[in-house]
Amino acid sequence: MSAQAGWPASEPVTLAVEGLHVSFRTPDGIVRAVRGASFEVQAGATLGIVGESGSGKSVSMLTLLGLTSAAEVSGTALFRGRDLLAMSEDELRRVRGAQISMIFQDPLTSLHPHYRIGRQIAEAVRAHEKISRAAARSQAVELLGTVGIPRASQRADDYPHQFSGGMRQRAMIAMALALRPALIIADEPTTALDATVEVQILQLLQQVQREYQTALIMITHDLGVIAGMADTVTVMYAGRPVEIADRRTIYRSPRHPYTRGLLGSVPGARGAIKQRLTPIPGQPPSLIRLPRGCPFHPRCPLAMQHCREEEPPLLEVGAPGQRSACWRAAELDEGEHGLLFVPQQMSGEVSDVREGGR
Amino acid sequence: MSEGSPAPSGRPELLRLTDVTKYFPVGRSLVQPRGAATIRAVDGISLTVEPGQTLGIVGETGCGKSTLARCIARLYPLTSGQVVFDGLDITAMSRRDLRPVRRDLQMVFQDPFSSLNGRRRVGSIIAEPLIVHKAVPRTGLRARVQQLMEMVGLNPEHYNRFPAEFSGGQRQRIGIARALAINPKLLICDEPVSALDVSIQAQIINLLADLQAELHVGYVFIAHDLAVVEHVSDQVAVMYLGKIVETGRAEAIYQAPRHHYTAALLAAASVPDPDRAELRQAAALSGELPSPADPPSGCRFRTRCPAAQQLCSEQEPPLASTNGNADHQVACHFPLDRTEAMR
Repeated sequence: MSAQAGWPASEPVTLAVEGLHVSFRTPDGIVRAVRGASFEVQAGATLGIVGESGSGKSVSMLTLLGLTSAAEVSGTALFRGRDLLAMSEDELRRVRGAQISMIFQDPLTSLHPHYRIGRQIAEAVRAHEKISRAAARSQAVELLGTVGIPRASQRADDYPHQFSGGMRQRAMIAMALALRPALIIADEPTTALDATVEVQILQLLQQVQREYQTALIMITHDLGVIAGMADTVTVMYAGRPVEIADRRTIYRSPRHPYTRGLLGSVPGARGAIKQRLTPIPGQPPSLIRLPRGCPFHPRCPLAMQHCREEEPPLLEVGAPGQRSACWRAAELDEGEHGLLFVPQQMSGEVSDVREGGR
Repeated sequence: MSEGSPAPSGRPELLRLTDVTKYFPVGRSLVQPRGAATIRAVDGISLTVEPGQTLGIVGETGCGKSTLARCIARLYPLTSGQVVFDGLDITAMSRRDLRPVRRDLQMVFQDPFSSLNGRRRVGSIIAEPLIVHKAVPRTGLRARVQQLMEMVGLNPEHYNRFPAEFSGGQRQRIGIARALAINPKLLICDEPVSALDVSIQAQIINLLADLQAELHVGYVFIAHDLAVVEHVSDQVAVMYLGKIVETGRAEAIYQAPRHHYTAALLAAASVPDPDRAELRQAAALSGELPSPADPPSGCRFRTRCPAAQQLCSEQEPPLASTNGNADHQVACHFPLDRTEAMR
């Protein structure tokens, strides 16, 4: 890939994914969860991947780590020059946790309820490094301190249920940092948290990233979460990236109707008291029976005949480094996001839901 | 039917809560080895809702907002206080006496997956309140259910499908159709959109607004997210550790918040805007939520408040009118003044 916007060209590329396809065989048919995802992230940089349920954002990440065993996978994923998708299970195990860490949405299900927090972090260290229990324990305490747990040496002896939601997520970040990974993948790390706690956790992620020069991939369904921290944003829909651009460009002059629709759906524009939102009508398509042509066309106000026949490729348009998979991307100049989607009356939504039903 | 009852303020009232409390005893257990304590989940809440209007209740995890919703619907008995709904004191009503009241007082829940019975067809789920309350003769059931499905944006031909055949947003529409089946006067919505994707959230928020305009139903709309409530609320109440810390017209709360907690919540709200997102991160609230079993003395927010002083730990600030504006009330010894609050 050429000309990545917003990144200094000198930083080494930590992860470069090219043409990733993931599908699952199910009794209902083949679920085409990821259909050609390409992206890269450099050391010290943050890539935001945005999409709704079923857009393929989480499946892509799990596949890179070898956690989708039943899937049919193709493509390449070069992590510091080595292809993750071609690695044996043994090789992958040495990468997972040590060089690539993952932080999940719900820390309560990722932490074992019967073991003390400090011990769980120490185990993660000892799984990859030959050090004594005592040394691992003191490392765990130090890490808990780093992520802002007060009285870390005492709190290390607590069980997960004794931590609040925000503190559990801090503990997960401590565990993710334990082996100083080159890449952290955070899958909706703040979705289960309140806004005031979310801000604290996002700050912490940025702080550790600066300190360790870690590459960070932030997966989220909420464009608001990464608005302050992503260097580059990839928007996914129906298993494919539909728009890629640097942060400011994505929010200020998006070139895909879906990105614009997402921006208009987010509540919270100032002066919005009792104002109608401008939702995207209908719902995401079934990944078993994708619509012909552009998968977004049934929900798109700009759809024309060509969109129903041929799926648009991801092409450069607009700002440097910006790419959009839309036949009409060039017409989408800067302007009000809301103008594209109008607040629908209920009768309009009825017909859309009908189309979307199974 | 009467349009609410006359109130001291002279405005019609659909719902009035007076000093409502709900305490949960926590016995000796593995989790609480120290023995009995009391969780003061809802601690002295007074509020009113006018007919056809929306009261938004906002607060973070553990502030007691869902407990409050269940107290209003009388799903929990109160510890003390009074709930008057449509002129009737329902505080101590028996289950049998409550049944006719529930015709007018319905709930929509957060999780559209667990709140619908997966083994029943959608038509029968929506018809249930009509049958329980004998609202429609049997022969008219199907027509009424299909009319409701159409009203909430579902295809009436999907009458015989099971909940599993619908997406999350469509299931929430089913829950709304069920709640509205018998023309209630008040709908209590407990986080109705927080489990949905962003593009679908917006559809449901608009749907609720349209239904209110059409049916003149009052809403108590509970959410952890100030931004969601902004699009539906006439009045807003902000809760912290079981208490209302600020309440008023939505315009006042959003444009000139006076409580430091309200201001912190507004500053922390996520926005899809790079410049404001950077400001957001500068305004992070420090510290953790104290335990509702052992709240701080004086003002409950003082442990995290940037303006806390000695007085705040000694005296609990009452919820009182500000600037002579009876509508806008704040519980703070040192409230933000208008100019500070304008951002």
